[in-house]
Amino acid sequence: MTFVLAHLNYWVVVVLMMIGLYIVVSRGNLIKKIVGLNIFQTSVFLLYISLAKVAGGTAPIADERFTVYANPLPHVLILTAIVVGVATTSLGLALVVRIREAYGTIEEDEIDLQDDEE
Amino acid sequence: MFLAVTGFAILRLHSLFAVVMLSGVYSLIAAAMFVALDAVDVAFTEAAVGAGISTVLMVGALSLTKQREKIPVHTPLLPMVVVLVTGAALIYGTFDMPNFGDPDAPANRYLVDRYIQESPKEIGIPNIVTSVLASYRGFDTLGEVTVIFTAGVAVLMLIGGARRRRRPDSRAGPEATRE
Repeated sequence: MTFVLAHLNYWVVVVLMMIGLYIVVSRGNLIKKIVGLNIFQTSVFLLYISLAKVAGGTAPIADERFTVYANPLPHVLILTAIVVGVATTSLGLALVVRIREAYGTIEEDEIDLQDDEE
Repeated sequence: MFLAVTGFAILRLHSLFAVVMLSGVYSLIAAAMFVALDAVDVAFTEAAVGAGISTVLMVGALSLTKQREKIPVHTPLLPMVVVLVTGAALIYGTFDMPNFGDPDAPANRYLVDRYIQESPKEIGIPNIVTSVLASYRGFDTLGEVTVIFTAGVAVLMLIGGARRRRRPDSRAGPEATRE
């Protein structure tokens, strides 16, 4: 039972990651694929932040009333990753808008069909 | 738990607008979870950037494309198998992970005590995350800024270039009516 509780967070992360991966792989709509990528990304963030949690600790802001803090290093990495994630999302959406202007659709199979016809 | 439910809803819904709104909700729940895990800096970045800017970008992209997803025709059997196998492998991998909240986990031992004890004295601000981000790992942050700049330039090239190339007989989006 303690083993399950100690690993539950990681399993939630895996489930979220797989939902994201499934959306990316199985759905043909490009915007939905990007949303799936975002879900995948957030699950990785959650994994890092779960690793940084220290039992009985507090947020890593120094104060003489506390001695135990969460690990600040993963927090820094994930802060960077969130912002980079938005940059990639916006790039992906720009590509989708371009594809829609060129093909008139954002469904993967219709794009393939048009490519075959040419 | 809420995150998983929201994720499933995103998977099932075909209205793209609802999907985008739900992804905003998902980010907000994730931010609440980060607060619960003592990562306040990450939480407010996620709330501002993930729930805010991402959603705005997505709605903007939706206004330039269409609102509904086509119902998938082929059977999703192969993706399901791939996902289940990968998931099982990952779960198996977590068996070797340190316990949740374990202060003696290797990731929580190396270098961290030094940051916690010395950074308020060395940098002079109490927020350790900020000290590490801006000072000890300043080069990482510089790299991050480079990535954002590159992405911004690329987006401008993609969208701005498209506007110039657009012929008068092409499909008129909402953007064209604005001009």
